[in-house]
Amino acid sequence: MTAHVSERPDDMAAPASVNDPFLVVENLSVKFPTHDGLVSAVTDLSYTVERGKTLGIVGESGSGKSVSSMAVLGLHDPKHSRLSGSIRVEGFEVIGASEDRMRKIRGNDVAMIFQDALTALHPFYSIGDQIAEGYRIHHKVSKADAKKRAVEMLDRVGIPQANRRVDDYPHQFSGGMRQRAMIAMALVNDPQLLIADEPTTALDVTVQAQILDLLQDLQREFNSAVIIITHDLGVVAELADQTMVMYAGRAVEFGATREILTHPEMPYTWGLLGSIPEVGGDANARLIPIPGTPPSLLNPPTGCSFHPRCPHVDKVPGDLCRTTLPDLLPGERGQNHVKRCHLANPGDIYTEEILPEIAPDLIDPTTGELIPELAAVDPNDI
Amino acid sequence: MHPATLVSIDRQMGLDKPLVYNYGQWVKGIFVGRQNVYMDGKLYDCPAPCLGISITTGNPVWTDLKQKYPATMTLAIGGATIYLTLGVVLGAMAARWRGTSADRLLVGGTLLVSSVPFYIVALLAWIYLSLTLKIFPNTGYYPITENPAKTVSYMMLPWLVIGLTNCTSYARFTRGQMVETLNEDYMRTAQAKGVKTNKVLFKHALRAAIVPVVTIFGIDFATLLAGTVFTEVIFSIDGIGHWGLQATTQTPIDINVISATVLVSAVLIVVANLLVDVLYSFLDPRVSVG
Repeated sequence: MTAHVSERPDDMAAPASVNDPFLVVENLSVKFPTHDGLVSAVTDLSYTVERGKTLGIVGESGSGKSVSSMAVLGLHDPKHSRLSGSIRVEGFEVIGASEDRMRKIRGNDVAMIFQDALTALHPFYSIGDQIAEGYRIHHKVSKADAKKRAVEMLDRVGIPQANRRVDDYPHQFSGGMRQRAMIAMALVNDPQLLIADEPTTALDVTVQAQILDLLQDLQREFNSAVIIITHDLGVVAELADQTMVMYAGRAVEFGATREILTHPEMPYTWGLLGSIPEVGGDANARLIPIPGTPPSLLNPPTGCSFHPRCPHVDKVPGDLCRTTLPDLLPGERGQNHVKRCHLANPGDIYTEEILPEIAPDLIDPTTGELIPELAAVDPNDI
Repeated sequence: MHPATLVSIDRQMGLDKPLVYNYGQWVKGIFVGRQNVYMDGKLYDCPAPCLGISITTGNPVWTDLKQKYPATMTLAIGGATIYLTLGVVLGAMAARWRGTSADRLLVGGTLLVSSVPFYIVALLAWIYLSLTLKIFPNTGYYPITENPAKTVSYMMLPWLVIGLTNCTSYARFTRGQMVETLNEDYMRTAQAKGVKTNKVLFKHALRAAIVPVVTIFGIDFATLLAGTVFTEVIFSIDGIGHWGLQATTQTPIDINVISATVLVSAVLIVVANLLVDVLYSFLDPRVSVG
């Protein structure tokens, strides 16, 4: 640790203590000036990720998931974006850091897996070259050694005949293999934080499961922190220790994944849960979409940004939803589960109104009551 | 002229035979040569590749072509090297600083330069830089095998004129391609790996942007190799363009020289197209020959 710090004389922040989370994001706001005005892509976002833990970020397109994680790598062009708040990677302040300094973090301490590996890999360089390039940026090794490392990584992510396929170009790989190669490229420098931006979006279900297993294995092996960005709650359920639901650039609910999935307290999360088709379920069963469209980030709605689409606005006294932005506060379920909602009794509304509609099989048909064993979460899990 | 003489000349030149026959003879001559070719009262032997006899010099056209060609080739290679390098570098820089005043200045400047007709630029450059100010020596072609230093110094001005006037379209084209490439997802990947900004630009982006530029360059370069009339005439370079122009404007016109220069252009364009297609498979791994 100390050796690490001494290599970084230009550190702006004090060296992080070993117990601090690897990544700390505090009050992050990202705004893009455009011809039509200032777009607030991310507003006042705070979270932390510890080594060996996985954070799932869920939300619709345009909710600020990718924008916030790209900010961790400093990938926003300072000329076209305005960042405020604080992002600390191992104690190092990323916001305002020089390009030179950021380059040492990118791909080395923090690596990113992009969605759609076909467009994210360079079409004119071989897979091996692209992986080796990433390795040679951060390690002083010969080209031959870097290539050996590339073969090793391809082998590690399960590419058959890696020593032969290393010279293939991205178009010669299948979709799943490209995503594996992308993962190999991200992991080549043993990063301590891995940001996976919708890593399975373009893949079919079986390949998706393989990729998720692979990510889990690798995380266990390297004890790295992982942020997984997705709009698929299934992926979150499988991988994430903690889940953050984002809406219109803000965190609207945050807590342990099991807790969020079983006792969601924010109507937007209810909507997300209600719109998941069930494998093996009734094919004719109606999915319940969230009405309306995501709000404009140029002129966000007043008050709670979800209120124009929220079916529960009437349950809040006064005009609170339209006038006042709710704070991200603990609800009925303890300090570790926070939500941004004015509803006073979300737990009751969820079990009485939402659950019967989205998961009728959790309700006892004779009593009409929730079957406690199926829905309950052990408080120790949280 | 006596009608009988006229008939005799017609027969000697093959003008009493149909066009197709004469064309056949001409094509055949390219591969196997021709004997007893009549030209201006004399009979010539014309070994393969025979392009006919020049009425001006009385030499087989092929012999003259071989003698004129090095000048054109030197001019083309030097000029093309300058405009390709300069155009691509300027275009890449403009793309990097796109939207800034440096970018606008560059794009505006290239538009201005390419709006001025080439022969005016060439003529002004020759008059002012070579004749009046004597920054450059007099121009012309000296065989590169005899005195390379002299060749280079005499060719420098024509090279620069070709280079500077032609680089403008390459700069704009490269810029367009680069701007498009810079928006690709794989640019963000390169940046996320920690690749240096300049390397992202000149390795990752340029590598992809250069492919369509090469296509255009192939055709442009072939055109240049086929002879540039204005440059050669203005800078008194004794090459194909100069030669072709003389053959066209003199009396009697030197029909065999004209057909030879047309043939050379046609062959060069076809070959350049073929080479570009083959080169594509090396430049873009997604394209394969066969």
